[in-house]
Amino acid sequence: MPDTPAISFQSVSKTYSGAKGSFKALDEVSFDIQDGEFFGLLGPNGAGKTTLISILAGLVRASAGAVSVRGFDVQTDYAQARKALGVVPQELVFDPFFTVREALKIQSGYFGVRNNGAWIDELLESLGLADKANANMRQLSGGMKRRVLVAQALVHRPPVIVLDEPTAGVDVELRQTLWQFIARLNREGHTVLLTTHYLEEAEALCSRIAMLKTGKVVALERTSDLLQAASSNVLRFKLDGPLPAEFDGKARVTGRVVQLPAHDPHEIEQHLAVIRRAGLRVEDVEIRKADLEDVFLDVMKEKAAA
Amino acid sequence: MTGWQTLLYKEVLRFWKVSFQTVAAPVLTALLYLLIFGHVLSDRVKVYDRIEYTAFLVPGLVMMSVLQNAFANSSSSLVQSKIMGNLVFVLLTPLSHWSWFIAYVGSSIARGLCVGLGVFLVTVWFTSVSFAAPLWIVVFAILGAAMLGALGLIAGLWAEKFDQMAAFQNFIIMPMTFLSGVFYSIHSLPEVWQRVSHLNPFFYMIDGFRYGFFGVSDVSPWMSLAVVGTAMLGVSAIAVHLLRIGYKIRG
Repeated sequence: MPDTPAISFQSVSKTYSGAKGSFKALDEVSFDIQDGEFFGLLGPNGAGKTTLISILAGLVRASAGAVSVRGFDVQTDYAQARKALGVVPQELVFDPFFTVREALKIQSGYFGVRNNGAWIDELLESLGLADKANANMRQLSGGMKRRVLVAQALVHRPPVIVLDEPTAGVDVELRQTLWQFIARLNREGHTVLLTTHYLEEAEALCSRIAMLKTGKVVALERTSDLLQAASSNVLRFKLDGPLPAEFDGKARVTGRVVQLPAHDPHEIEQHLAVIRRAGLRVEDVEIRKADLEDVFLDVMKEKAAA
Repeated sequence: MTGWQTLLYKEVLRFWKVSFQTVAAPVLTALLYLLIFGHVLSDRVKVYDRIEYTAFLVPGLVMMSVLQNAFANSSSSLVQSKIMGNLVFVLLTPLSHWSWFIAYVGSSIARGLCVGLGVFLVTVWFTSVSFAAPLWIVVFAILGAAMLGALGLIAGLWAEKFDQMAAFQNFIIMPMTFLSGVFYSIHSLPEVWQRVSHLNPFFYMIDGFRYGFFGVSDVSPWMSLAVVGTAMLGVSAIAVHLLRIGYKIRG
């Protein structure tokens, strides 16, 4: 079935009801992820990314709508759907009773995969875990535990891989090892769904991106189209005083660093003129192309205003 | 191994890796009960006229240990994995609710029988017991362990914290096992308490189990089999249902 999407979300809603009333975590979310795609799911904290992934993985039930993996409904055909999925959970969880190799063998066994030693060795090798194979899970550092989580998700060779913020709090070395490995799996035909806070990662890796905000899809496009649609430049500089009021709501401020969108040279001149009039000094002036982070902030701002 | 076999294996490995705490400790506890109660009561309590009190105590202690440890196994495993968050590794698998049930209850039976056998082997040195009807011994040990394993599963799904689990254990399981005739024959009780004891399914487990050793019991072993079997099926049906709907484990 070449036309069956790897993952399909159809009008997925989720309402949590508690003592203090109900909260709508997802509101009619619909999109498909095609076989072989590297897909990014972005959004601020609380946007509903993890809820959506939990519904996909069968950890949470949708209040309405349907989710399928390679055509298998995650509720009615849950066994088939879960066999096709490899999920790396966001929380750094582990089973303290077992060694790394035991944990992987057991995880493999849950999926009914036998004689999986060669693949387990390859996973250990590719994720830099080979020398920790016989260490107890308790003895591993946070980064090593994260690697084991990735290995556990891949141990049954799932065609669809879901990574829920796999690089949160992870050092540079692991991030690179991990992305090299995941990119290789993607080249070999695996579909990848990634949520991340690191937008440069999403920009570099994902061919298509969905942005979620307060439970709704607010953007769904090819990464290149998203970047092109922004098509603006960014004026970046360091400022030695308070930001002029003219820039309120336009500028992105990180400490002394100010970033302002500018569509053409004329607008850049205008920005600099405002600063001159305010009697402020600028350093390290730089003009760069808008990146995914700018697009992201734009999209989030637009939807807030709407 | 298939999926459910792996989960069963993992659950057995889990308690076996800490067997000093999960098997040796309850064996020692039961031995202490035998030494203390046996010493204090052996001259004062007469049971069924012809059975020595210490001998009477052995099957009671064995069964009590089987039941308590079967319960402790599934309940503590589930609560721990829920609190640690590592239950997600099982939740993400294609394992059905039946697989979960068989694995958690099966490993509870395994731990219950391990501890029970251990208690028997260390306590039997202090007295002599007969094996009047060994099949009953096996049947009641397995049925009792299965029922408590299933009850532990329910408690483990329900409890969100360790203290809720401890409350379940201390206020339900402990009193029901202690008041089931481990340490006495209910015939020695006043009429009212005899009747109350008949409402406790744990009483039938111990009574039927003891029948296997001595060939005498407070009620017919068939009656006990009917009660224990029904209770086991009832508790199992609830446990399977809760697993099927993902009670407190799937949001």
